[in-house]
Amino acid sequence: MTVQISRRGFLIGSAAGSTALLVGLGSNGVLAAAGEAKLAAALNPFVRIDASGVVTVILKHFEMGQGTSTGLTTLVAEELDADWEKVDTEFAPSDGSRYANLMFGLQGTGGSTATANSYMQYREAGAVARDLLVRAAAQTWGVDPDSITIERSILTSGPHFGHFGEFVELASTLEVSSDPVVKTPDQFRLIGNQRLHRKDNSNKTDGTAVFAMDIKLPGMIYAAIARSPKFGGSVISFDDRDAKQVGGFIAAQVLPNKAGVVAFAKNTWSAFQARDALSVEWDFANAESRSTFEIVSAQKALLDHPQFDVNHDISLSSVASTIASAPRKIEAEFTFPFLAHAPLEPLNCTIAPTKSGVIMYDGCQFPGLSHPTVAAILDLDPSQVEIKTLYAGGSFGRRANPMSDYNAEAAMAFAVSGRKLPVKLVWSREDDLRGGHYRSQTAHRATIALGAEGNITAWDHRIVTKSIMKGTAFEPVLVREGIDSTSVEGIAEGLYDIPNHAVGLSDFETAVPVLWWRSVGHTHTGFVMETLLDMVASETRQDPIEMRLAMLDPKGTNQARMISAINLVRMMSGWEEGDKRGFACHYSFNTCVAVVADVSVNGKDVHVNKLYMAVDCGVAVNPDIIRAQMEGGAGFALAAIYRGEITLTDGEVDQFNFPDYELLRNGEMPEIEVGIVSSNAAPSGVGEPGVPPTGPAVANAIFAQTGTRILNLPMTKAGFNFV
Amino acid sequence: MACSLAKVLPCETRIPSSDWDCQTERAEQMKYQLKINGEIRSVDVEPGTPLLWVLRDELGLTGTKFGCGVAYCGACTVHIDGYPSRSCQTFIEDAVDSEITTIEGATDRVAKAVQAAWREKDVVQCGWCQSGQVMSAIGLLTENPKPSDEEIKEYMYGNACRCVTYLRINEAVKLASRKLEA
Repeated sequence: MTVQISRRGFLIGSAAGSTALLVGLGSNGVLAAAGEAKLAAALNPFVRIDASGVVTVILKHFEMGQGTSTGLTTLVAEELDADWEKVDTEFAPSDGSRYANLMFGLQGTGGSTATANSYMQYREAGAVARDLLVRAAAQTWGVDPDSITIERSILTSGPHFGHFGEFVELASTLEVSSDPVVKTPDQFRLIGNQRLHRKDNSNKTDGTAVFAMDIKLPGMIYAAIARSPKFGGSVISFDDRDAKQVGGFIAAQVLPNKAGVVAFAKNTWSAFQARDALSVEWDFANAESRSTFEIVSAQKALLDHPQFDVNHDISLSSVASTIASAPRKIEAEFTFPFLAHAPLEPLNCTIAPTKSGVIMYDGCQFPGLSHPTVAAILDLDPSQVEIKTLYAGGSFGRRANPMSDYNAEAAMAFAVSGRKLPVKLVWSREDDLRGGHYRSQTAHRATIALGAEGNITAWDHRIVTKSIMKGTAFEPVLVREGIDSTSVEGIAEGLYDIPNHAVGLSDFETAVPVLWWRSVGHTHTGFVMETLLDMVASETRQDPIEMRLAMLDPKGTNQARMISAINLVRMMSGWEEGDKRGFACHYSFNTCVAVVADVSVNGKDVHVNKLYMAVDCGVAVNPDIIRAQMEGGAGFALAAIYRGEITLTDGEVDQFNFPDYELLRNGEMPEIEVGIVSSNAAPSGVGEPGVPPTGPAVANAIFAQTGTRILNLPMTKAGFNFV
Repeated sequence: MACSLAKVLPCETRIPSSDWDCQTERAEQMKYQLKINGEIRSVDVEPGTPLLWVLRDELGLTGTKFGCGVAYCGACTVHIDGYPSRSCQTFIEDAVDSEITTIEGATDRVAKAVQAAWREKDVVQCGWCQSGQVMSAIGLLTENPKPSDEEIKEYMYGNACRCVTYLRINEAVKLASRKLEA
């Protein structure tokens, strides 16, 4: 085994006894002092190239459909000029020291950051490997390294040629170059390649891709949990008499935190049946017992008295007189419902005993949080916990939970089961839709003062929503002076020049747990902002696109990007003055998306014919995945704005399963045309930014056709049907 | 009848409390024979167990997915006697005399065309619904080799995709149709 650490922290080596070149991240020289056996275990690489020449890219991010397993692989394969067909992928183990998300400081996927934070790291890892292979080949052949070229994993110099695998042994003994030289954009063959296929499109079409729920271990028992029907309730007692009538039932036990009763059974079906047969007495003293209409009223009342002034320099009181004396005003109040993420693979994970502790099998979105959570519940040292990440059947934010809720449940279930057998915890669809961690119910109120020329002179904006970040590990970074940035993002720090823009915020308190839902705060702020600007444009008889362009300062980097996206979508859609379509744009996750929605309305029947979407996400690493994420983001938004809502009656969720929480269906998807702004800037996210502008573009189109403003979501509240 | 897990492990290693031991077996397990992917497979399960869970938990055929349990999302679609059916609402008793094909056994000419088209169009995102989508598409093209756009949407309506890959699904069905024609 040889190991070296480069000046930039890359670590290379060849695993003892096997000829493979490994390139990974060292942890500041400490490793080099350790013994050889430890080094082999400690060398968690980004790239492994074996003697047969196969390149394996180790993915520090999980795959929930967003395409990161293809994206990170593209970055490494690009620098290596590897044969795309001979590049495999593997999910990284839980190891925050080497696989941290560089934007979070811990291992985890979210906030549309996977490509953005990995872009140089994975390219440099590929470049280090390339340089070593080239020098090894040069030494072997006695030629100048500069004479060597690589095509599809084959190194060539004059009459000499050989594949990667022939040089890995020698390469792993060479000194690592101090500065890996990455390609310039004109040298890209895979980055930006329109015809590169996804790495996961073969195993996901023949049933061989292994998701967390597909795990079965010898002796494994299955667990389902009866949770409080009202959020915040706790178990007083339970009776399992009826559960004992269920074949395959093993036992039931109260979870240590009293949040539920877990039923163990010999298969998933029996676990569900037994769980449903449990009779549980609940203490609702601290539970949410209000109905949705009461929550809406309570939120609206809080709009009157904001708890925080978000902008220090412009308070709500400082703009009051300008607004009071304005010749014209626009006032609007918006309400948004709770929304469930509803990933199609219901939440689940398996915890099994190992010699030294436990292993958890999970579509693990945040190993950096799940790992210490599971260790703490089981009273283990983190070194005794392993996480095996598998494909995740969707997430949309749900699997990245600051409380690691379902991992914690599984750990508690494993603990009360006696820790001897593997325990698989499975949520049913009813558990998922009724289980909380929703996009927060939210209210907005805005009063916009217009001057004599129709210009905006002041803007009083108020938001009431439950904070996602308070009380979590993210609070120190994302909550400042009481203000959760995710409650106001998209309003308080938008791209527009708005004079006297005052923003107020009140935290809403409820036992209903809330969570980031694909695009987080932008799910509501994007809709509000872009609807309000459409109202201003309509009131002042301005073209909605021209008006927005006038509010964007081209000297600002992101403003200039947004202007490019707007101009592109205007060209794609053939937008004209007096256009009866809807326009919206929104900046989120450092990406700009502009949308034109073409709808037909017949009475109350609305049909969305086509969406034009233009995106500036920096360099387009995988253009087809960017298109797919825009399509998926738009469709995800449509399901929500058409009819998505989780409602409560006396604190209990009214919805049970998909029949009353309808996803978007085949046939409901409009035609979508995606344009990507050409850019060599560092890449930014694409998983979420397609969501925020889609809803308001459709709402603005409906207004253009009908004169009806949609301020309360879902749109079915306004009596519209989507056909 | 002993606790079924006792076949695998002694009771005392299973569960910490003696109260938990072997107190459950009410419904008698039954032996069923199923014809799956051209093979006869025997399983011991409780009467009324949905085929979905027999495939996934008992037979290790995990390509068939659980999405809703109420025949509303299509993730669990398999072919029963050649027709796409929701395995989460097909009970074991009703499956014994039928030919069952799961994604693992989808290997005929239509299946190959559908899967190749799916890959060419890069349909998948998270992938959880796609076994069901592929099984439905095979059913569609077997019945109707040249479906119209409207026929595709109508036939595939019952297969929900939370990632919303429908545009590509429909393109892939049309591509598979062209491949079959060729």
